[in-house]
Amino acid sequence: MNPLELADARPGPAFTVTFDGRELVALPGQTVAAALWAAGVTSWRTTRGEGRPRGVFCGIGVCFDCLVTVNGRPNQRACLVPVEPGDAIRTQEGTGHDD
Amino acid sequence: MTDTSRRERSPRLAVIGAGPAGLAAALAAARHGLRVTLIDAAPEAGGQFYRQPAAGLGARRPQALHHRRRSWERLRAGLDRQITAGLVTHLRDHHVWCVTGAQRSGFTVHALLGPEQEQPVEVRADAVLLATGGYEKVLPFPGWTLPGVVTAGGAQAMLKGGLVLPGRTAVVAGTGPLLLPVATGLAAAGARVAALVESADPRAVVRRSPALAAQPHKLAEGARYAARLLRHGVRTLVHHAVVEAHGDQRLEAVTVAALDATGRVGPGTRRRIGCDTLAVGHGMLPHTDLAEALGCRLDGAAVHVDDEQRTDVPGVWAAGEATGIGGAELALAEGHIAGRSAAVRLSGREPDPRGWAGAARIRAGLRRFAAAMDDAYAPPAHWAEQVTDDTVVCRCEEVTGGTVRRAVTELGAGDVRTVKLLTRAGMGWCQGRMCGPAVAGLAGCPETAARRPFARPVPLGVLARAGTTEDEQ
Amino acid sequence: MRLTCDAVVIGAGMVGAACALYASRAGLDVIVVDRGPVAGGTTGAGEGNLLVSDKEPGPELELALLSGRLWAGLAGELGDRIEYEPKGGLVVAAGPEGLAALERFAAGQRAAGVLAEDVAADRLRDLEPYLAPGLAGGVRYPQDAQVMPALAAAHLLRAGGARLSTGRTVTEVLRDAGGAVRGVRTDRGDIHAPAVVNAAGTWGGEVAARAGVRLPVLPRRGFVLVTEPLPRRVRHKVYAADYVADVASDSAALQTSPVVEGTAAGPVLIGASRERVGFDRSFSLPAVRALAAGATRLFPFLSGVRAMRGYVGFRPYLPDHLPAIGPDPRAPGLFHACGHEGAGIGLATGTGRLIAQVLSGRTPELDLTPFRPERFGEEAL
Repeated sequence: MNPLELADARPGPAFTVTFDGRELVALPGQTVAAALWAAGVTSWRTTRGEGRPRGVFCGIGVCFDCLVTVNGRPNQRACLVPVEPGDAIRTQEGTGHDD
Repeated sequence: MTDTSRRERSPRLAVIGAGPAGLAAALAAARHGLRVTLIDAAPEAGGQFYRQPAAGLGARRPQALHHRRRSWERLRAGLDRQITAGLVTHLRDHHVWCVTGAQRSGFTVHALLGPEQEQPVEVRADAVLLATGGYEKVLPFPGWTLPGVVTAGGAQAMLKGGLVLPGRTAVVAGTGPLLLPVATGLAAAGARVAALVESADPRAVVRRSPALAAQPHKLAEGARYAARLLRHGVRTLVHHAVVEAHGDQRLEAVTVAALDATGRVGPGTRRRIGCDTLAVGHGMLPHTDLAEALGCRLDGAAVHVDDEQRTDVPGVWAAGEATGIGGAELALAEGHIAGRSAAVRLSGREPDPRGWAGAARIRAGLRRFAAAMDDAYAPPAHWAEQVTDDTVVCRCEEVTGGTVRRAVTELGAGDVRTVKLLTRAGMGWCQGRMCGPAVAGLAGCPETAARRPFARPVPLGVLARAGTTEDEQ
Repeated sequence: MRLTCDAVVIGAGMVGAACALYASRAGLDVIVVDRGPVAGGTTGAGEGNLLVSDKEPGPELELALLSGRLWAGLAGELGDRIEYEPKGGLVVAAGPEGLAALERFAAGQRAAGVLAEDVAADRLRDLEPYLAPGLAGGVRYPQDAQVMPALAAAHLLRAGGARLSTGRTVTEVLRDAGGAVRGVRTDRGDIHAPAVVNAAGTWGGEVAARAGVRLPVLPRRGFVLVTEPLPRRVRHKVYAADYVADVASDSAALQTSPVVEGTAAGPVLIGASRERVGFDRSFSLPAVRALAAGATRLFPFLSGVRAMRGYVGFRPYLPDHLPAIGPDPRAPGLFHACGHEGAGIGLATGTGRLIAQVLSGRTPELDLTPFRPERFGEEAL
């Protein structure tokens, strides 16, 4: 059993996105975080102090632990942002801003 | 005057939050003559409790993961009817960062359009009803920042909304009534749930408390979850706690230990359980930022309301978890009363509470039940002993337990605000929502209102123009 | 509880901490009492400015220059713990008239010992690469610096070794039959001392009243906005030339002039609004909107940067915008060190040094006449 089977999901056509340049398959309706979890990825940010890995924590947009850079836009909450075909998702380091 | 033109002149109520409280409030207010703008951050109504799988996933059996399907369908149908009738406007993907104004001048709800949250929207209303819900409280322990450690509610939200699991083998831990549905949900969806670790001993409390016994359907619900756990072969450890999470780049195992009668970790009871997911929670906290910025008084952590669900700020009502954690059924009753009260008051009349006596009775019973649950599921009294000096307490700013303790012992901090000023605990992106209770516990001081002027981060370019429509009117 | 010491300092904010530090180092046994926590008042709501740039020649500037030297010394001792940053200030003018006025102002300051370098329009972005284009020019003030004020107060208190008693409210300043101060009464017992220092900031008027004297300290509300953490994009404390006029203004109405600076921790701080509205803590959208508008005009990139939080504080001001520092002849043994308005962090070290000098019977190194606490007389404000 998996969650898609449990809910008898018949999603629309899958599409590809990239995570740090690697291609992943995502489903319409998923958030960026859900697509990454489905691909076995659980961390996509390193902290600005200690450089430690982080991913989803609260899952509802409150904790900001799942911040990620999507299509060059930093500090997006992966648990809120829907994944779109062709998204370039990158591990966010530090503040997420250059220089 | 036609019905339509009368409606066009009727007062407008902004309901913030489309979970159980907000939906019940919006429907009651619309039925009793108000125009309602229902403003919510999610793409679909329902809030956390009635969260649906995303539409694009085409779930044909959403009820498999869903709570109280029938009450949701009733609310959903009611909302559709009121939207069609033009009485309710549902604004989705609207992330409210502040509400300004007053009864005399009217209110402005300031929102950012999601998911990017860069474009501003301002909604004017004659009155505001805050149904902002709650979020999960998690107390820290070594390793709780590892990827794979998620809040119990977070695991559930990701599962219900995105139909995904974070791993294969999960431990569900902490305290509170949320742990049961999370464990059964994860197990039903195919995760191996290695253990459900509950620090309280609910059986003892159920036997003692008349308020719990007075809600037999709630107890039956608990029993159903327990039966499902058995069916999935989930081992339940009551009076146990997860005291450490292990791993380097992600979670690999947890250590659980038995708690003695005083709530301390019993010597020689530690054991390691391999898992790649830990879903952990220690109860819920109300979202009160919007209420606080409006100047509403709080009772402890929750928005203070009277019998009609009015806050102490004229023109502002509140209902649901924001006014005290009590669950979806209580939120429905409170939302209903709040919507009715607002409808009558905004038409200049004095409400007759007999009109909502049924809801008031339900509310009274469920509030007693919630208070009893709160007693039953208090986190272990000595949780802070497990927080080592190098355990990160503030996840955003990576402030450790030792730093917090030194602020108290060496620098003279005696309250949460001073600890924050001296350590940065609570100054990061989440603004102390995650670490607030932990910092207070470690510092040995009461939790105090955080006074956050912005309920969520707002671009300065938006702030620079915010409310200019308000001033023109 | 009965305690005895040489001096009681009322107020565990920045000024009280500095008074305690220098008095302790002068050999006095000091107890600091505060009804709240360390840095619980205006200190915890400020940006930590150590500025000479906004001060015209006169007694306040002399105090600022003395304080700046003392801060630099303390920074050597306390290191990074107080987040001291000698980053300098940059004051910019939008148009030629404003620039001319700014340069005249700076020339006067230079004559009084301030380092001030004129910066031509085409050089501004060498100093601040993200500054808006089209500004007329500016003046750089290398002596301007910053500390994290709550940390500074806490570490100065600790470094001085004075006894600290927080959560303790002074209910009365005790005086003997001859009128001389002999300590304080608190909700947790009396403290006996021949000297009492009023470092209660915005609440200094209340403390003075408890000693039976009048000191007309009033609150001037200010909001500060704090952004998300950023890499170092704002290097100096940057503000527009009209800030100086706002600081000196007597108007009660809302005034805002953008003051923008980065911090060691990452967020950018944005001030400064000024309103006389009593102790009203409520959120004011017009005030924070004006701050955001001003900051984004100076640094356009900030438009897309998120404000994460804001806070409110109450500057303690006296009618002539100068602090009250020194002995109060109306109550022998009472000393005042309050009313520094928005400059209390910066002026704290000099104030503490001067108070320590008068407490130990020495001649203060600055003339205290302009700061004398009895200068406002007894008439109602």
